[in-house]
Amino acid sequence: MATKIALAGNPNCGKTTLFNDLTGSDQYVGNWPGVTVEKKDGLLSGRKDVVIQDLPGIYSLSPYSLEEVVARNYLVSEKPDAILNIVDGSNLERNLYLTTQLLELGLPMVVAVNMVDVMRRNGDTLDIARLEKALGCPVIEISALKGEGTKEAALLAIGEVAKKRMSERPHVFTGSVEHALAHIEESLHGKVENATSRWAAIKVFERDTKAVEMLKVPTDIVAHVEEHIKDCEKEMDDDAESIITTQRYAYIQKIVGETFKKSPRKASLTLSDKIDKVVTHRILALPIFILSLCVMWWLAVADGGPGTILTDWANDGFLGGEGWHLPFTTHECTADGAYKGMEFEDAQDEFAKQDASKSKWEEAYLEKVNEGKPDGEKVEKMPEKIDEAIAKTIVAKGVFVEDEETGEPKTKECDCEKCTKKREAGEDCEGCGCGCGEPEMWDVDYAAYQKAAEYEEPDPSQFGVWVPGIGALISSAMEKMGVNETVASLVNDGAWGGVATVLGFVPVICVVFLFLAFLEDCGYMARVAFIMDRLFRKFGLSGKSFIPMIVGKGCGVPAVMAARTIESERDRRMTIILATFIPCGAKTVIIAMFAAIFFRDMWYVAPLMDVVGIAIIVLGGIALKKSKAFSGEAAPFVMELPAYHMPTFGGIFRHTWNRVKAYMLKAGMIIFPACVFLWFIMHFDWGFNLLADEEIEKSMLHDMGSWIAWLFAPLGFGTWQGAAASVSAEIAKEQATATLGLVAANMDGASTAAHVSNLFASMSDFPKLAALSFMLFNLFVPPCMVAIAVTFREMGSKAWGWFAVGFQLLVGYMLALSAYQLGMLFAGGGFGIWTAIAIVVDLWCLWMVVRPAKCKM
Amino acid sequence: MTLNEVKPGGSVKIVRINGAGAVKRRIMDMGLTKGTEVAVRKIAPLGDPIELTVRGYELSIRKDEAAAIEVV
Repeated sequence: MATKIALAGNPNCGKTTLFNDLTGSDQYVGNWPGVTVEKKDGLLSGRKDVVIQDLPGIYSLSPYSLEEVVARNYLVSEKPDAILNIVDGSNLERNLYLTTQLLELGLPMVVAVNMVDVMRRNGDTLDIARLEKALGCPVIEISALKGEGTKEAALLAIGEVAKKRMSERPHVFTGSVEHALAHIEESLHGKVENATSRWAAIKVFERDTKAVEMLKVPTDIVAHVEEHIKDCEKEMDDDAESIITTQRYAYIQKIVGETFKKSPRKASLTLSDKIDKVVTHRILALPIFILSLCVMWWLAVADGGPGTILTDWANDGFLGGEGWHLPFTTHECTADGAYKGMEFEDAQDEFAKQDASKSKWEEAYLEKVNEGKPDGEKVEKMPEKIDEAIAKTIVAKGVFVEDEETGEPKTKECDCEKCTKKREAGEDCEGCGCGCGEPEMWDVDYAAYQKAAEYEEPDPSQFGVWVPGIGALISSAMEKMGVNETVASLVNDGAWGGVATVLGFVPVICVVFLFLAFLEDCGYMARVAFIMDRLFRKFGLSGKSFIPMIVGKGCGVPAVMAARTIESERDRRMTIILATFIPCGAKTVIIAMFAAIFFRDMWYVAPLMDVVGIAIIVLGGIALKKSKAFSGEAAPFVMELPAYHMPTFGGIFRHTWNRVKAYMLKAGMIIFPACVFLWFIMHFDWGFNLLADEEIEKSMLHDMGSWIAWLFAPLGFGTWQGAAASVSAEIAKEQATATLGLVAANMDGASTAAHVSNLFASMSDFPKLAALSFMLFNLFVPPCMVAIAVTFREMGSKAWGWFAVGFQLLVGYMLALSAYQLGMLFAGGGFGIWTAIAIVVDLWCLWMVVRPAKCKM
Repeated sequence: MTLNEVKPGGSVKIVRINGAGAVKRRIMDMGLTKGTEVAVRKIAPLGDPIELTVRGYELSIRKDEAAAIEVV
């Protein structure tokens, strides 16, 4: 059996640094069973038989905070072979408070006083021998950051394990308290293990029911000693728990006074004080905070920021797309041909135009040829030889290229000097008289068709060094091997698509966590909570909840993970549930499409969605705070504000890597199969035949959509198309627009925009309301698969995961329901049973928000 | 007088801590015990919480919680 050494200490005392120093890279992060508190295990470098276990950073072994209960349960029931207690030398009093509690557990223990380098620099001295005597266990000076004395500390702890006999523990308490404790210890004799009898006695004295239960102290003993406790309380005029705490600190104050000599300092401000003066300044604090949020926003999710560039590269180039150009190698096309002298993007645009010309003309030609023919004789494909006589009469009118986002025809951008300048300055040149901003359409005659037919897709390798994407490599490899089409699609679009979805989020998670790790390690994060606490407490959140919500504007996945920095379990859960209501980048695609198709004359619809998101967070927070799940005594906001210091690169990278790894392993396990499943039902029929994108009507998704369509009837889009689009949106939110385009493809109209518009007209007499309802539903129901998976992981329990998803479903459904039903009422759609239900539901929501809280907040 | 009434820059001594349970224990665990010297450093920009110096380090607590601490 390996020797287990538990590292215990206050947060911010250098515990993690020591852990990393002792274990090197040989470590893994795991979760404590049932809770989200991280526990790390690692082998001591060079010793296969010694396991170092990093406990959560705690201030005390009280029964009130989750981390503390987890840590003490571990120490009492799992019994590590020894405790290595790290103590911050620059903050001895508070750190030794935990030490006195750890000593009582009756385990072999070594105290390591950290940051001796800082102490020495300041000229402070510590009398180690005297401290050893006062604590009754070995004490060693270390510097975890410099790796000084760390190995010796571990060896000392191993030595303590071998000793078998424990040295005498100090008598911390005085007078009648010590007397009462001795009495309790005596009556516990033989009832609990000898080594833990001291700890048990103190717990009985403190009336710590959790510990008393765990130690199985007989109830008659508890009742018997109650009188002694009452006497003590009377004498000291305080409750038993407070008496113990006060006496501990009094003892520590005494021994610190005897052993620690602080060198006299000049009264000047330290660097930490100077930084603090600025960042928590009355007026400057908020602007600085907003500035730091802007920096993170830009880094992670802003257009043109590193996070977005990396994400686009990962999704469209490296993982999923055809491939990507090596940076700094791109150039204008040098090869002869139609694209000579063009940039790659211009060439792609040109090809798209020619391709549209070609297919529209062919469509018109086939229509002409098939005129008057019975169904059976119709020509479906272009013949090898075109009938010149007919062809010369064919002109395809109004040909255009669709904008990918909105489904509308792309607009013109003329290249006159005036407009180009305006565009370069970021101004709108619509209405300048050159036709800018108007739909770009043209006619194609036979000659134009012949020219267009000669265009081939631009070869990217002529525009720079082209690196094919992994997806593209896989599919070309399978093509070469002659793999069956169905299998190839399953492997490439299904399996690899799933993996790529998981990995596609890695860049943005990395960027967010590098930044968050920096803020946390340097000490600013605690100040953020300090600055914002007042505002967020009003709706049941913590000061740190602001950060996940800002990240959430870009992507819900890192937002949910960013909630980790919130210590209070309740605030963290609430933040996770609410953070994804802010419309993320993918949801913006849905908003863009609907705003362009249905709400052209209502500019305010798009920004309104952000307002709705914020309103849900505020009102939802207030309602949740009053609910049973989140009720109870408020978590105290008693928080250390650590001194600022420059974080180390290694620390930040390790921090980030651990989180990214956890995301990939745990969340990936859920996301991957879910993505494959959704892809599967979208692309296969019940006979397991592979379907083309356009054949979605034959797919399993179509049938499943029909089964659940009734659910969406009160929302105004109760058809299989509405259901299928909403279900597929769970792969990724922007998929809703793509699926809508596919399922609406056989509607009347020339463009996707017209198809979608007609689709909603076919669903409801009030297509605009149905569209609004569809948009609200897809924006505010649970986020995509990936975010849901991360929510489950971060919540730490299935029950809480389902609670979050259930709450989000309820909110999304109720919003869509009220928007559609009440909208209909005002638009003259009459009063029906669903109108009544919507009104009742809204009144109920209002009640949940305004009702008086049952318990004290 | 209670701790929430102390002006920034003021230094006081704790006489008694009212209340019970998690909040009281937490306050005391962080070193705010009877007889301890506390200095109020500043108030957060939005008026709450406050920042203290106690036992040589910086601690932040809400005014609600500070109101339970009697000082002289």
